[in-house]
Amino acid sequence: MSRGQGWRRAIVLAAIAIACALPFLLSNFRLFQFTQVFIYAIALLGLNILTGFNGQISLGHGAFYALGAYTTAIMIDRWSVPYGWTIPVAGLLCLTAGFLFGIPALRLEGLYLALATFALALAVPQILKYFEHWTGGSQGIVLSKPGAPLGLTLSPDQWLYFVTLGVLILLFVLGANLLRGRTGRAIVAIRDNPIAAQAMGVNGALYKSLTFGVSAAYTGVAGALSALAIAFVAPDAFNVFLSITFLVGIVIGGLASISGAIFGGLFVQFVPNWAQEISKAAPWAIYGIFLIVFMYAMPRGIAGALRLAGARLARFRG
Amino acid sequence: MTRRTIVALALVAALGPLLFAGPAGAQWPGVTPTEIKIGNTNPYSGPASAYGTIGKALTAYFKKVNDEGGINGRKINFVTLDDGYSPPKTVEMVRRLVEQDQVAFVFQTLGTPTNSAIHKYLNEQKVPHLFVATGATKWGDPRNFPWTMGWQPTYQTEGHIYAQYVLKNVPNPKIGILYQNDDYGKDYVKGLKDGLGEAGRKLIVLEQSYEVTDPTIDSQIVNLKNSGANVFYNVTIPKFAVQAIKKSHDIGWKPLHLLNNVSASVDVVLKPAGLEASRDLITALYLKDPTDPQWKNDQGMKDWLAFMQKYYPEGNTKDAFNVYAYTVAQGLVHVLKQCGNDLSRENVMRQAANIKNLSLPLLLPGIKVNTGPTDFYPIEQEQLARFDGERWALFGEVHDAGKK
Repeated sequence: MSRGQGWRRAIVLAAIAIACALPFLLSNFRLFQFTQVFIYAIALLGLNILTGFNGQISLGHGAFYALGAYTTAIMIDRWSVPYGWTIPVAGLLCLTAGFLFGIPALRLEGLYLALATFALALAVPQILKYFEHWTGGSQGIVLSKPGAPLGLTLSPDQWLYFVTLGVLILLFVLGANLLRGRTGRAIVAIRDNPIAAQAMGVNGALYKSLTFGVSAAYTGVAGALSALAIAFVAPDAFNVFLSITFLVGIVIGGLASISGAIFGGLFVQFVPNWAQEISKAAPWAIYGIFLIVFMYAMPRGIAGALRLAGARLARFRG
Repeated sequence: MTRRTIVALALVAALGPLLFAGPAGAQWPGVTPTEIKIGNTNPYSGPASAYGTIGKALTAYFKKVNDEGGINGRKINFVTLDDGYSPPKTVEMVRRLVEQDQVAFVFQTLGTPTNSAIHKYLNEQKVPHLFVATGATKWGDPRNFPWTMGWQPTYQTEGHIYAQYVLKNVPNPKIGILYQNDDYGKDYVKGLKDGLGEAGRKLIVLEQSYEVTDPTIDSQIVNLKNSGANVFYNVTIPKFAVQAIKKSHDIGWKPLHLLNNVSASVDVVLKPAGLEASRDLITALYLKDPTDPQWKNDQGMKDWLAFMQKYYPEGNTKDAFNVYAYTVAQGLVHVLKQCGNDLSRENVMRQAANIKNLSLPLLLPGIKVNTGPTDFYPIEQEQLARFDGERWALFGEVHDAGKK
């Protein structure tokens, strides 16, 4: 057991070391793509906490992503708030919004909740257009890319990459602590057997709402970072398809797996591009084939398949 | 062989390709003696995929240019990528085109939000952002964005033309407006209001809007009729334009009906709505409608049909977007020819801003493309037309928004 944990720690450290070296090896464009991978990974971890660990299906996380992005954009554009402050504010706002949405959603189970959240995803682009004074309507808001602070000779892309990587590591450590402790066991218990969990003294309603809030906060932080990376927000960026992309990401990456969020982020970012390289005429058909192959070959997602491979290797050597 | 000779030979071998690459080409990104690489994004998938045909028709047109020998001996390598009409994807794809594929410039990127997302980036990188495919007004701003240029007449220009027509020709106008609730609809309304002026604005008796996701606009039409309006300014996309024409005919409302150019296609809009119901509609045009019988024997239209058959046989010959793409591609070819052998980004931009009285075969007779160092609106002329039950009959003179 301890040997396994040691290995895991070594892998995580090696991954962080590689991630820190990338900015000095890759072009700015590739860094921008990896920044997006990290942003997706944060959003996916948020959704995974809700869907993978707690068993509540959400088809509307694009709405929280949009809320986070617009929070950052409006704070910078209207009130000239330094961008660093907008990220925690976006997270807190989404935490509250998610918690509040979680209360009525408690009455809805499974597919009914999925539909309610789907409605949220549908409504958001139009609501954004309605508050034109704040959101800039369908024209959106144009931002400037933040540069590196004085004294650091990094390009804006390199700087944003490190900011995103830092937020990612922080949120993943927090998430891991949350999920591996008492709270995490309660969250999973509600998924596996809500009645037994209640009998054990877990306050189902409170935990479900809180999980919804935390999940929305993660996704909101990701949205805030995306507003900085893209330097533009508009309603068209947050359509229903975004929410479905998130769901695809967590299933492919691995449900109820923390590292799965990273693999999901890689998939969501790069596979549509590969599909387009293979066939310009029918990129989404190719994407579909990728999806089916992944699900057939790795029914538990990429993280699940790696875990299985690791276990087999250990047995083979042991 | 001495060691020195070996070193010298090795040096020549290493540096040779650099020395003999020739003077032209190497100094400009995306340009070699045999090729010009041009970048583009289009929504081949997603909610706006109906526009995807523009990208396909552009690709087909450049293939025709290449088959005919290219431009000054250079073939066009047109790299067009799908952005699904999603601004973040547009940013990623355009960065790929500029930083990785190293295109000479970006051409005809489609959509207002998508172009807004890359507007600043391309100007910072000093990459020409030519002839963007949107009717918004903000693309012709050479002072703040010297690397971006529009193409088609803006929606505001068109609104302006209708306002002038109403003020001149309708006694006691009472204007009712129906518009799509987004930047496209609002630009049209702004153009009309600006054209009416402060005093004229009181002539608007009712404004109604709809969302692009609404199933019908019947109740808006009834409201407009009840408002007593005798002028109907119809700012709708084809699906809703058909409904609006039909419904106002069915309930016996006979205002002066101004139909925006977006929905002026005879086959796509007027025939489904009913040719009798469409009689006396007024619109402003700048391109020849491929479904209008009056152009049947027009040489430009015949050439276009031959092009479609040979290079884009799966394309729809009733779709005005394919006429649009053909025309803007010809505009670009004109600019590149004018560049001669200097294909630096600066010169491409300079020549794009130096188009003088260019006529293109599928522009209406009399309509010309003009640009200048302070005029980044290539097409600013339109002509009014009235539907006579069969075809758009052009009338009056060509309106020119460029002449103030």
